[in-house]
Amino acid sequence: MDTLLLSRIQFGANISFHILFPTITIALGWMLLFFKLRFSATGDRKWMDAYMFWVKVFALSFAMGVVSGITMSFQFGTNWPGFMETVGNVAGPLLAYEIMTAFFLEAVFLGIMLFGASKVKSWVHTLATFLVAFGTTMSTFWIIVLNSWMHTPQGYELIDGVVHATNWFEIVFNPSMPYRFVHMMLASGLTVAFLIAGISALRMLWGDKGEDVKSALRVGIIAAAGLIPLQILAGDMHGLNTLEYQPAKVAAMEGNWETRSNVPLVLFAIPDQENRTNHFEISIPNGASYILKHKADGVVPGLNDFVEEDGTIMHPRVSAVFFSFRIMIGTGVAMLLLSWAGVVMLRKYGAGNMPKLPLIAFSAMSFSGWIATLAGWYTTEIGRQPWLVQGVLSTKDAVSDVPAGMVLSTLIGYLVIYASLIIAYMGVITYLARRATRGEPLTSRQYPRGGTTDVPVLQPGK
Amino acid sequence: MDFFGDPAVWLPWTFASLMGLSILIYVVLDGFDLGVGLLMPLAEDDEKDRLVASIGPFWDANETWLVLAIGLLLVAFPPAHGLILTALYLPVFIMLVGLILRGVSFEMRAKAPIAQKPLWNGAFFAGSLMASLSQGFMLGMYVMGLTWTLPHVGFALLTAVFLTVGYSFIGAVWLIWKTDGALQLHSVRWAKGGMWGLILGIGSISLATPFVSTRIFDKWFSFPEILYLSPLPILSGVLVVFLWIQLRRMPFENDRYSWTPFAAATALFTLAYTGMAYSFYPYVVPDKLTIYESASAPESLFIILLGTLFVLPAIIGYTVLSYYIFRGKAMELRYD
Repeated sequence: MDTLLLSRIQFGANISFHILFPTITIALGWMLLFFKLRFSATGDRKWMDAYMFWVKVFALSFAMGVVSGITMSFQFGTNWPGFMETVGNVAGPLLAYEIMTAFFLEAVFLGIMLFGASKVKSWVHTLATFLVAFGTTMSTFWIIVLNSWMHTPQGYELIDGVVHATNWFEIVFNPSMPYRFVHMMLASGLTVAFLIAGISALRMLWGDKGEDVKSALRVGIIAAAGLIPLQILAGDMHGLNTLEYQPAKVAAMEGNWETRSNVPLVLFAIPDQENRTNHFEISIPNGASYILKHKADGVVPGLNDFVEEDGTIMHPRVSAVFFSFRIMIGTGVAMLLLSWAGVVMLRKYGAGNMPKLPLIAFSAMSFSGWIATLAGWYTTEIGRQPWLVQGVLSTKDAVSDVPAGMVLSTLIGYLVIYASLIIAYMGVITYLARRATRGEPLTSRQYPRGGTTDVPVLQPGK
Repeated sequence: MDFFGDPAVWLPWTFASLMGLSILIYVVLDGFDLGVGLLMPLAEDDEKDRLVASIGPFWDANETWLVLAIGLLLVAFPPAHGLILTALYLPVFIMLVGLILRGVSFEMRAKAPIAQKPLWNGAFFAGSLMASLSQGFMLGMYVMGLTWTLPHVGFALLTAVFLTVGYSFIGAVWLIWKTDGALQLHSVRWAKGGMWGLILGIGSISLATPFVSTRIFDKWFSFPEILYLSPLPILSGVLVVFLWIQLRRMPFENDRYSWTPFAAATALFTLAYTGMAYSFYPYVVPDKLTIYESASAPESLFIILLGTLFVLPAIIGYTVLSYYIFRGKAMELRYD
């Protein structure tokens, strides 16, 4: 394997590992704020118990996100120096704004959010929780702006092969940004909804009868059931947007080789890029034309349009995009079925008397959000190839000339660490759940609902 | 954009200063918390939790200064970012693995089953060690002009050891400030034991730098520059002597002056850093690429600067707030 492919795999491995944790912290921050606000409003201790359990998961996920994110900022230079040299004038300010408006906000107030509950007034603690959640969302916004600009660049001019910004409004609000941002926020919401529902279901299976677990299960299921239709809608709109700006990606997602009307929706196939055809195809007639053009004889672009006359292939590797897309859709359908069935069960049995089967199903789906999120990102990112910035910079022109052996050995190092850390991470979350189930107290304090604290640290001199 | 003359001159200069400031803040802040990690194996088992508690609320934000520094290098001087980081590919990898291990074990040691705690304590130390050593190594390679020759690598290995011991020193003086009782006494001992790393580190880099490049030699040893610059080494010497005397007499009654060694160590780091910045200016890649040659387009830098002017004071403000809320001696860390 050459440096280009190895660098792509290495960057893919690093960013895949990284995105797992922000996907959890973005929405979990808001969920924690919800728990805290419920506690402040009702004074019911179960909300604070739920907060105390999930804030530990948040702390762990946040730390994993920070350290894996540091890796990303170095990877631009170590593996892709051509990226910043060519588009640094656009990417630079966006990354700078992410660091300044989001990273510091999150990192500083995280300390107060985690360890400050008894050190500051209740409203200050709530405010810190809000600022951390807000920070993670700002961070999502800026990084999605940059990522979307790489898919649908505008508001720039090329001078001597280097991109110069001409219109920042156009850069920030580039055509795919709103769709991608909404899609990612909802993905995070779903990931957290299923994580909370799944871990709560696991605790119930282990015999936990706590009120906090019941409430968390209910919140998780209802959030999941509410978010999944929105996500399907957002995903569909995002797809139509991609059809307009990156038709080659959509052609690969659909496994469609020829531009034509009445294109079937391919449910399953083995795409064969060498012979430019599909094997073992199972499809619904006219399906893709309906979805993408809303009529049976709608014309859908095909992959063969993206092969230049000299045979250079200007579309992504079809099988990678094709299968990632189907994994994402499959997981989404499973989420839809389970969460709606879960709502029916909630109405019938209540959160406390759920039968075993749905509880097992929810536990099994605890980390399903990760699978859908990763598959979705693979679809869109591999789908952009051979471009790094669509139509501006190709991936092979950005890679560094570090020897392949060096990239390979560090790649193996990263993979070993990432694999063990993911195992440790999932292990610790289940361990925390088991410990909570055994009734070992998460906390011994009485919480003030507002106003007073038992350790008045914010008053100087005491 | 033309208020201070040519924006292609003052903007790169401003960003170089901002980046320099971020690196300095990072070295001091993450220096002390990496240092605390390095001291873990020396601490008794019942002291380890307090060691971690003394940096608990801060380390996330401390590491963010590294992201800001490397981010500023990335956004303001993109070609330099590529040149430096591809030259330092392997040490960067080791540092990143170290930082990952450290950050993760920080959380894991408190949440994993108790039987695993020694394992995560070990990972916490190993991560701190990898990060410190590789940062010291990169510092040495940078001073030597980023070329991989045997003498250069040898020098970088030395600075790796010195910076690591130097970090353990600033970690120890941080602990003197943030702890009391037996742990404070231990910290005084650790600080005395670690001082040589700081002195040798600053000394070796100060001596080596002028002899690597005649340009830097001339910047220091010509008249009248040598006169203006003399306060740097003199003040550093005074601080070293002060630290030495103070540490021998510590701790004082009622915990008085327990903050002074940390303040002196910070001042010492700052002086050494200022000297280095003076040596290398205007180069961002030593003797190869100046900040003016490698800067991004002025329009882009200006957009970032606008944001920085609003955001940086806020960052400093809430950082101070956080240190203020968690002031005083480090207690057990509690989520509730």
